[in-house]
Amino acid sequence: MDSFIQQLINGITLGGIYALIALGYTMVYGVIQLINFAHGEFFAAGGYVGVIFLSFFTGLGYMETHPILCLTASFALAMMYCAYLAIGVEKIAYKPLRKEARLAALLSALGVSIFLSNGLMLTQGVYDKAYPSELFQGGFSFGIITIGYLQVLIVCLTGALLVALNLLVFKTKIGMAMRATAQDKTMSALVAIGSNKIISLTFGIGAGLAAAAGIMVGLYYGSVRYDMGFLPGIKAFSAAVLGGIGNITGAMLGGLIIGMVEIFGAGYISGEYKDVFAFIILIGVLYFKPTGIMGENIDDTRV
Amino acid sequence: MIQEFKKIWKQYAITMLWLLGLLWPLLGIHPDGTLSFKQTVNVWSYIFAGTFICFIFYIINKSGNFEFFTKPVVNTSQKLGDIVQAMPSWIWKSALLIGAIIYPILTGRYPTDVVINVLLYICLGLGLYVVVGLAGMLDLGHIAFYGVGAYTYAILNVQYGIGFWVCFPLAGLTACIAGCIVGYPTLRMRGDYLAIVTLGFGEIVRIILNNWMSLTNGPNGILGVKTIGILRPVMENGLTFEIFWVKKLEYFYYFALALAILTIIAVTRINFSRIGRALEAIREDETAAELMGVNTFYYKLLAYAMGAVFAGFAGALFAARMKFVSPESFTFLESVMVLSMVVLGGMSSIPGIILGVIALIVLPEVFRELESYRMLVFGLTMIIMMLFRPSGLIAAKRKKMMETKS
Amino acid sequence: MSAQPILELKNVHSGYGSIKALKDVSLKIYPGEVVAIIGANGAGKSTTLMTICGIVPLEKGDIFYNGASVKNIAPEKLPPLGLCQVPEGRRIFPRLTVEENLILGAFYRNDKPEIQRDIEHVYSLFPVLGERNRQKGGTLSGGEQQMLAIGRALMTKPKVLLLDEPSLGLAPIIIHQIFDIIADINRNQGTTILLVEQNANLALQAATRGYVLETGQITLEDKASSLLHNPEIRKAYLGE
Repeated sequence: MDSFIQQLINGITLGGIYALIALGYTMVYGVIQLINFAHGEFFAAGGYVGVIFLSFFTGLGYMETHPILCLTASFALAMMYCAYLAIGVEKIAYKPLRKEARLAALLSALGVSIFLSNGLMLTQGVYDKAYPSELFQGGFSFGIITIGYLQVLIVCLTGALLVALNLLVFKTKIGMAMRATAQDKTMSALVAIGSNKIISLTFGIGAGLAAAAGIMVGLYYGSVRYDMGFLPGIKAFSAAVLGGIGNITGAMLGGLIIGMVEIFGAGYISGEYKDVFAFIILIGVLYFKPTGIMGENIDDTRV
Repeated sequence: MIQEFKKIWKQYAITMLWLLGLLWPLLGIHPDGTLSFKQTVNVWSYIFAGTFICFIFYIINKSGNFEFFTKPVVNTSQKLGDIVQAMPSWIWKSALLIGAIIYPILTGRYPTDVVINVLLYICLGLGLYVVVGLAGMLDLGHIAFYGVGAYTYAILNVQYGIGFWVCFPLAGLTACIAGCIVGYPTLRMRGDYLAIVTLGFGEIVRIILNNWMSLTNGPNGILGVKTIGILRPVMENGLTFEIFWVKKLEYFYYFALALAILTIIAVTRINFSRIGRALEAIREDETAAELMGVNTFYYKLLAYAMGAVFAGFAGALFAARMKFVSPESFTFLESVMVLSMVVLGGMSSIPGIILGVIALIVLPEVFRELESYRMLVFGLTMIIMMLFRPSGLIAAKRKKMMETKS
Repeated sequence: MSAQPILELKNVHSGYGSIKALKDVSLKIYPGEVVAIIGANGAGKSTTLMTICGIVPLEKGDIFYNGASVKNIAPEKLPPLGLCQVPEGRRIFPRLTVEENLILGAFYRNDKPEIQRDIEHVYSLFPVLGERNRQKGGTLSGGEQQMLAIGRALMTKPKVLLLDEPSLGLAPIIIHQIFDIIADINRNQGTTILLVEQNANLALQAATRGYVLETGQITLEDKASSLLHNPEIRKAYLGE
């Protein structure tokens, strides 16, 4: 039982991280129907920029005096960096292909993904880059259950970001405009909503969330690697599809499910096959509900 | 010239500034708490110089100043095309065939090796063409079937000592079974849902290959796979047969060539058959096809299984050539490569796909010198090719099939 | 009738790729008018409106709004200028509520109290929308959707309202209701209306002037009442 609760906590932590990444996939898909394969690389870039700034602040000596401020600044800077990266990528590699076949944009996205992960490798090195390890050691202990301070931080921050996103999308006018653009771009233009701005905004927000997830993964596992975007990327995409792609609540739910399945699968079935469980659940759910858990019927747009 | 292309110039300038802003945090912020600009500016100026030259060429070409050069080239290639069209098809087909046959004799070991790769990827690409190009199903895990084929041969050969000619059809069969296992639950999904499921399946296969130590030897792979053996008659004392191991690359080349030709013939036949038409109907409008009496599920499964079989055959041959298989050869990147070949080739013409394969195998070989920059260049090439030729090198005759619903 | 047209199309050519939908179309619409464009299926009526709004690219010719060319203005910049379209098939946002649909009509505006007043005004024009303001747009009936689409367009405070087939697929009683409202908008708010219809009888009764569009070309232009009594028009479009 104790280990069950421990696993549950670990599952929520991991699931929250997947949910953050999945949101970027689902939002971009909702607005331009593109599987943005470069999204995993935005996540990795966020992890790298986070460690760059954290080490920079450590080097300056601010980390001891103002740890919370430094951490907040690193998160903010990494999120802004990734938003900047994503908006540029969209303008260069996706926007010219919007009117072309969907596969063209998809391949372009795959190209961006390869390009970015190799760019990270060339600028940051092939080996793991360690996060400052003295951050958030220890945790709360209840008997044999431990909740690390870091886990508390990750869960709280994830929750805050998810709430903020929900408020933005469902309560503000700009969120309404995003949903409208996702539903009908021509009609949005006819009521003065510029789809280019909305698309840039969507990419920016999605990448910002991915960057936050990247830092969290870096802090949680202690290091980042240039190719770390791939597996979490496709698992988060699975999460987005599992929840019903294009649906924001679905992506959060899907992320949590995938995170839980992975942790429990690794704990109770087999650690070696932990990456497989996510896909098996995905295939299983889609078999019974082909549009995902919360998805509505999407158009029959094919390849 | 500057006025005319003001907008493009502006875009280019903004892009370069964007890149500068992108590079600086990665290169200019150091863990010891210092900031530097030198390295960033250095790297950036290399990129700037490189892209600037390309950009100037692009502008000159766009403004038509290269016409003195491009026009004759286009004219001659058109004339050549006319001549080729005027000839009966068997002439150039047999010319191509003869060229392919004498190729290893004319060239060395390395070029032959590259072309064997091309031939194997032609089988893979054409298999994927049946799935993506004909049936319109986005498959991101095609390489898994290649892996299944390769491992089938490797395991049967190394552990049970079964020869190539028994394993070859078995490799196709296991790939086919794997295709049906994946296809059966997934093919009712449409569009991008299918894409992620096939991607997931590809990963599952790779992870299983990586972890099932007793069967696949995990990440170390299986060593010592025997090459193809054929019986050849010996006339020493009467007529007896002895096993001849195809060890030389040049001989092996002919097996790859034969498989590629068989695949081309088979896929061409499928293309113009009843099945091909059914698949195209499904691609254009699945609901309409179903209403017209096409059993869409059956045909989709058939397409998926056929694609898998071609990949399985190619996989067996791959294992025989490398004499070694490991999960490393069957990563997602390989699936992406094959898909790129099909899309680059224009999605619905067999010559186009062959051209796409050649482009994507031979080009990176040219850039082999760049070593660690190779994949960077590959990614960039993919983006640029899509930006300039979004419908592929040889555009599909019916481009409409892939247009987005607006 | 004032001397300067509020909206003018000069020798407009446009189309979809190789298909030329409009060939040399010229129109003049004066402030305060209701102008009808009638024509058969595929004559290019909807394309005309989409070209005015910049959705279908203009190939040749020019479009003037308030005397200034709008051919290089992005579609989303037109509603703030007072040019708004209710497209064919209504195209409300199906997964947004009625109220959200209306708020998005006022997307470019930032005057909150004014927007609230305008929403109330739309509800007073179409009381049924007020009753269903929390309902998803996609769950409304065809007539209600048409009302919502018109209401949403009114939220942009249009000076010129382009209406594409407002009667399509609706019951006669609803059609009359909607045409009454259209007349009301024109009369009370002074909004200029360009109306595209297949139902020529209805359109010409509501309009002051009419144009006849045939295979992408204007073949006739006259007062609506004269068009209504033109024997050829009666034969071709009014089923006599």
